[in-house]
Amino acid sequence: MRPFTYARPAALDAVAREFPAASAGTATGAPVQFLGAGTNLLDLMKLDVMRPSSLVDLTGIDAAPLRRIEATPSELRLGALVRMAEAAEDPVILRDYPVLAQALQLAASQQLRNMATLGGNVLQRTRCLYYRDTAWANCNKRNPGSGCAAREGVDRQHAVLGASEHCIATYPGDFAQALIALDAQVETQGPKGRRRFPFAELHKLPGDTPHLDHSLAAGEAITGFTVPAGPWTRRSLYLKIRDRASYEFALASAAVALQLEGTQVRAVRIALGGVATVPWRAREAEAALIGVVLDETTAAAAADAAFAKARPNRQNAFKVPLGKQTLVRALLTVAAKEG
Amino acid sequence: MRGQPDSSSGSVGRRQFLGRAMTGAAATTLTPVARAAPAPAPKTDARAPGMFELNINGHAQLFALDTRTTLLDALRDHVVITGAKKGCDQGQCGACTVLVDGKRILSCLTLAIAAQGKSVTTIEGLAGAEDALHPMQQAFLDQDAFQCGYCTPGQILSAVACVEEGHAKDDASIREYMSGNLCRCAAYPNIVAAVNQAKPQMQIKKA
Ligand SMILES: Cc1cc2nc3c(=O)[nH]c(=O)nc-3n(C[C@H](O)[C@H](O)[C@H](O)COP(=O)(O)OP(=O)(O)OC[C@H]3O[C@@H](n4cnc5c(N)ncnc54)[C@H](O)[C@@H]3O)c2cc1C
Ligand code: SF4
Ligand code: FES
Ligand code: FES
Repeated sequence: MRPFTYARPAALDAVAREFPAASAGTATGAPVQFLGAGTNLLDLMKLDVMRPSSLVDLTGIDAAPLRRIEATPSELRLGALVRMAEAAEDPVILRDYPVLAQALQLAASQQLRNMATLGGNVLQRTRCLYYRDTAWANCNKRNPGSGCAAREGVDRQHAVLGASEHCIATYPGDFAQALIALDAQVETQGPKGRRRFPFAELHKLPGDTPHLDHSLAAGEAITGFTVPAGPWTRRSLYLKIRDRASYEFALASAAVALQLEGTQVRAVRIALGGVATVPWRAREAEAALIGVVLDETTAAAAADAAFAKARPNRQNAFKVPLGKQTLVRALLTVAAKEG
Repeated sequence: MRGQPDSSSGSVGRRQFLGRAMTGAAATTLTPVARAAPAPAPKTDARAPGMFELNINGHAQLFALDTRTTLLDALRDHVVITGAKKGCDQGQCGACTVLVDGKRILSCLTLAIAAQGKSVTTIEGLAGAEDALHPMQQAFLDQDAFQCGYCTPGQILSAVACVEEGHAKDDASIREYMSGNLCRCAAYPNIVAAVNQAKPQMQIKKA
């Protein structure tokens, strides 16, 4: 690991003022970077993928809005420094937004969930083995313009949706799928002040700039997330399929939320994980379900719509049927759930 | 009761300790008195040591270490207590599990300086007064819950936390909430049995 200076500001205003260059945006790593718990950043620093010369630890910030979970009749707000385990076990989230709690509980291990912040969680980097191992020269994400080792290499983990010829790396997290499904907003604070924007605009498709993971500006820190309340949030769930039963990233996952009117679908929210380069909202699948009676046939048609544009590479073609079956099972399970 | 503070540390003044810690770049035991952690001086030289205090098994200790030092390396190489093990150093195995402010975390992915001001409990601090074993330690012995023993300190601390969190409801829940601790010797069934043995004893102790 390369040497770095360490700062632990106690106030949010000091962060924007003193560290206007701090950036989480690039996968190659800016010189000044924010630190949550470090469960992703410190790992990548040990691997020499990330090479910051300065860390700004946000976990010392003593501001209640960053540490609180607040539920009002109109929305749920989660501070960026809330730990994964806290949110996963919050009784209101478990009751009213189960998809959020389940996406967190099924991620990583209890040790990691006790440590990791929600802000750091959504910004975690891909687990593409070629990105994580600097012995591979060709990785456009880590080393722009160098090519993509995964496309000709072992690509079983990789994405079938949202990939480009320059990068096929999977977005590995779980929680982000639940957030994007529920139309969450991100709150940030930076040198230009505060802003709030759709969570769906936080992650960038690889396109021809796979080294740019996020849309945050220099010095801009995530302060929290808001999730609008809706008649579908209680009837929601997160289904995660992995190579082992626990403590593993998703091969395929589905975040679903459903509102029924009689037997018909009134509203539905769907996001897919493990199969795409970014947290993936499956709007085509949602459109296919509005007004229909949810059963095995209509769920399968929605899953076909979700994967209509899938582009498997070589060893990851299994993710298309797996992803479809995951979504079908999630939809049928959520429909059978008490609303 | 875990990690009784050692009251025999003497009465050397804070300034002398600071001096020693600075020159030796090593950990120094302070008289364990309750007080706020010192604010770290802002530094611009990445190679200058970071100064910070941790409370380890009830002892307040002052460190002057390279900022790159993980909590795991601080414990093993500077405090020289080697119960916490380095399995993967990447957050994947759980061998380095310790309790920080009562919660289980991975010390290999924690910067020592980022744990400043917090209380760390390692396996060395788990036994009670007069070295009476914690019920979980005894249960691991009784149930043969290890073979080589490498993962065991992490397993025991994780198991203690698992019970305290209320996640040891049944075998399935124990397996799920202990999944962050891998065991190459595959002592898993015995580990589940140990957690089941210790759980009622821990609850009686608490009551
Ligand atoms: C073995 C292992 C298994 C895992 N399994 C899973 C899994 O199954 N599912 C899953 O979802 N995750 C999994 N993870 C990933 C884990 O959830 C993330 O590492 C963690 O959530 C990151 O949070 P953190 O606070 O440690 O972030 P850090 O590592 O501190 O930061 C991550 C990134 O976010 C930036 N950042 C942090 N906070 C902010 C902020 N407030 N504003 C702006 N930028 C910020 C940092 O600069 C950095 O770029 C696993 C990790 C490990 C090591
Ligand atoms: S898939 Fe993306 S991250 Fe992986 S090697 Fe290719 S460019 Fe790098
Ligand atoms: S050494 Fe920390 S998890 Fe393996
Ligand atoms: S007892 Fe050998 S690794 Fe667990």
